[in-house]
Amino acid sequence: MGCRLDVTLEGDKVVSVEGQACKRGLAYAQDEITDPRRVVTTTVRVVNGRHPLLPVYTERSFPKHQIFPLLQELRRVTVMAPVRAGQVILANALGTGINVLASRDMPLREEPCVS
Amino acid sequence: MDDPYDVIIIGGGVVGCFIARALSRYKGRVLLLEREADVCSGTSKANTAIVHAGYDAKPGTLKASLNVAGNRMYDQVCAELDVPFQRCGTYVVALTEEDLHTLDDLYHRGIQNGVSGMRIISGEEMRRVEPLVNPDVRGALYAATGGIVDPFLLTIAAAENAVLNGVHLRLETEVTDLIRQNGRIVGVSTNRGQFLGRFVINAAGLYADQLMAQAGLHGFTITPRKGEYYVFDREKSRVRTVLFPCPTAISKGILVTPTTHGNTLIGPNAVDIRDKEDVTVTPEGLEEVFAGAQRLVPTLERRDVIAVFAGLRASGSTGDFLIEAPAQAPGLINVAGIESPGLTAAPAIAEFVLDLLRECGLELLEKADYNPIRRSPPRFSELSPREKAALIAKDARYGRIVCRCETVTEGEIVAAIHAPVPARTYDALKRRTRLGAGRCQGGFDTPRVIHILARELGLPPTAITKKGPGSEFVVRETKEWNDSGKV
Amino acid sequence: MLKTLSYDVVVIGGGPGGLAAAIAARERGAERVCIIERAEELGGILQQCIHNGFGLEVLGTDLPGPAYAQHFINQVYQAGVQALLDTMVLEVTPQRVLYATNARDGILEIKAGAVVFSMGCRERTRGALAIPGTRPAGVYTAGTAQRLVNIEGYMPGRRFVILGSGDIGMIMARRLTLEGAQVERVLEIMPYLSGLKRNYVQCLQDFGIPLQLSHTVREIKGNKRVEAVVAVAVDERWQPIPGSEEVIPCDTLLLSVGLIPENELSRRLGIAMDPVTGGPIVDEGMGTSLPGFFAAGNVVHVYDLVDWVTMAGEVAGRSAAAYALGMAPASVYRLRVVAGDNVRYVVPHLFHPESLAQGPQQLQLRVREPIEEKVQVILEADGVEIWRKTERYVRPGEMVTVKLMPDLYDRLQPASTLTVSVRKPR
Repeated sequence: MGCRLDVTLEGDKVVSVEGQACKRGLAYAQDEITDPRRVVTTTVRVVNGRHPLLPVYTERSFPKHQIFPLLQELRRVTVMAPVRAGQVILANALGTGINVLASRDMPLREEPCVS
Repeated sequence: MDDPYDVIIIGGGVVGCFIARALSRYKGRVLLLEREADVCSGTSKANTAIVHAGYDAKPGTLKASLNVAGNRMYDQVCAELDVPFQRCGTYVVALTEEDLHTLDDLYHRGIQNGVSGMRIISGEEMRRVEPLVNPDVRGALYAATGGIVDPFLLTIAAAENAVLNGVHLRLETEVTDLIRQNGRIVGVSTNRGQFLGRFVINAAGLYADQLMAQAGLHGFTITPRKGEYYVFDREKSRVRTVLFPCPTAISKGILVTPTTHGNTLIGPNAVDIRDKEDVTVTPEGLEEVFAGAQRLVPTLERRDVIAVFAGLRASGSTGDFLIEAPAQAPGLINVAGIESPGLTAAPAIAEFVLDLLRECGLELLEKADYNPIRRSPPRFSELSPREKAALIAKDARYGRIVCRCETVTEGEIVAAIHAPVPARTYDALKRRTRLGAGRCQGGFDTPRVIHILARELGLPPTAITKKGPGSEFVVRETKEWNDSGKV
Repeated sequence: MLKTLSYDVVVIGGGPGGLAAAIAARERGAERVCIIERAEELGGILQQCIHNGFGLEVLGTDLPGPAYAQHFINQVYQAGVQALLDTMVLEVTPQRVLYATNARDGILEIKAGAVVFSMGCRERTRGALAIPGTRPAGVYTAGTAQRLVNIEGYMPGRRFVILGSGDIGMIMARRLTLEGAQVERVLEIMPYLSGLKRNYVQCLQDFGIPLQLSHTVREIKGNKRVEAVVAVAVDERWQPIPGSEEVIPCDTLLLSVGLIPENELSRRLGIAMDPVTGGPIVDEGMGTSLPGFFAAGNVVHVYDLVDWVTMAGEVAGRSAAAYALGMAPASVYRLRVVAGDNVRYVVPHLFHPESLAQGPQQLQLRVREPIEEKVQVILEADGVEIWRKTERYVRPGEMVTVKLMPDLYDRLQPASTLTVSVRKPR
């Protein structure tokens, strides 16, 4: 995993890509130039949970230039336990159509550990 | 302000704590002041932990007489205080012809100092006793009365025993000045107010000379002498015996020794410095210590090292302990320049100081209810399975292991936080429980310990420190920063 | 006074290796399977690895660590595996009796038909590096900082220097930046990156965090709390180059300088260990030198992808169940797997050619030196080449997998050593 791509550009347009091991590499190379995206993972506050923070993630990769605004938005979020893995924590984040999901179950504090 | 005391002791190192304990046997109000967040925070926490036999000190000095007297007291003191002490004997190793002559000199000096149980042994016998010793060993001076002790537990236990017998202890209380009246020292000013006392004992370690200067006593200076150390993984590089090289003019040399916890400890070098707060470990010092130790035990491996540290000895300009009631400053008793063999001498120093106090007119009347016995709190890792189970049944927190490497339980940590000399910082807990002293050096336990300390002390985690104010572990909550950007 | 329990398979450690082992043991037919986990929940280190990159191989998706863990935790409970949480194993005997402790039960005596070690690893510490300077608050290993930031919810500092370009250090560089901290520098003593290139791009490059190769920390400054570190360049023998010192003001030093398999229990049992990996010597079934004892995951050697850990756990769990059920293959002839040219270590260390009857088997290796061009991975049985493949590049931070196909059986069966080498094409 992890390929080193050699990309030839004409302005903003990708003319050729070399070094990729699969087709995903081509799309990735184009995106990295014109519309770089990253999956964003972070935590949000949770009340009455086993832990004080709930790990969350964007269900798809997110526009890079909007990452810090997204984190700012998520800092305003507090969820109530219990939470199920995959639960939508923030829908349509910043109007991108991308949801932010809970990475794991977060049971109530003191709940015995059975799912 | 408190009511006046009979005796105020400045300094919660091993010497100050033993003086406090010795005084606590008698009626009278005693106050022990320590500027750091815990007792045993200065030289007492960073030394080789050796109980010396006493052949090394120059005959006729206080170092010599108090070393030998203190050494004799160790079995009883450590039994009373329930502190790990092994009178395992010590060896001075001769690697050259010249060294063999030095052994003779040390032997004779020992005889002069009243040391018993010494013997010169052959290189072959040394190799048999210690298979890891340099195979070129020519001979050794064996001193049966030498041993190793846990200097942290010794100091803490002495302080606890003193407190349980009525001594007042104030931590994070730093003496800023002496109070004089009619030419007499009548008390101290501190960052937490003034305290009056008939007698003030200056056991302030590296800063004893500064206090003396404040009393108008000049001419005695303390030079900090730095010594650096390595600690090895308990499972590796295990020597069985305490090995000294032949001594130099300023130092007993770089030792290789087991500790009462089973680790091998090497060090110290001896470098005079200026800054009394400089406990940095230096690349040159570390090189010097490792090279010196390898002369005694060539098979030591750097990859088995788990920790390095440095300590400062308070080296007095007279070359000997200075324990006196100076005529120019009545009311003050100086206990200064307590470098090696200070740890060994500590119980004897305390008795010596009591004699001085008597001479100065302090009447010491025995307390009927004085109890010299202090029981150590249970150490989970040393109990049998039945004892472990019984302990957990009494307090479930003993069933939760917080430090994996040293098998330290939450129960022990909570007990230490609420002990008579309370542990309120990570390092204070480490000295009492061995927390974080093993292979992982706190990697696993630190987040849990922060949480336990916060809970037990009723403080936010951001207030929990490694070694007192200024050494907080965490600075803010992860989510606690404002929308405009960084905090 | 001691509570006694009995299981067919006991798994020590409920991280990805242990979870997979427990599930596989049940699937293989072991009735009573138990995971003993020291934390209050299963998942191990994955619970604090909130970043993504997990599951690409095994689940075909890209998940954050806790989500990957959740998938297997759910399976564990569905499979009827027991879990003893908040429980620490104190001791294991060669007869497979474990002594463990927790707050609720006190001391437990647990009899096991087979034991799987999956205790993971610990981090190399400042003390072990003997970094000169002071010993203030503010020096953390990256994993401890990760736990504080992601689980406890506290920031260890405001301005960071990170020593070591291991994956955890780079991940934390990003994490800390995303939570409002300032990461000044990442220093790496080797002349090449220690972790995955992908992390360099997404954790350092993305945030403009400078990486200095062939650099290290010469000294830590600060009495009570870190105030600065002194960075220094090093030569090819990792010796500091005088005059290259730079004081970097900061309040926290993070160490990402290596993981060490946590084998205290294995060592105390006298299990044969590999000094290069720091873990037990294992065969293709993840069996150790002590019958009935198996090992999976980072406790064997430090993996780069959790997916491989899951696969290793499955193998160990199956083997453990077979042993407990009395159905382990009789110990027949096996050959030694040897690390050849440019290979630092290969796992497993021992190989039974008969295992190929069950299907392809896997070897995994790490190279000594990086080679950023096409190389050949070559297998030799008793010095005679039997197979080779091409890799586009090799790096110490990225494991290389070799798939042994069943058709190699005839070449392997008569051999006593199998050497794996990585060479540039002639």
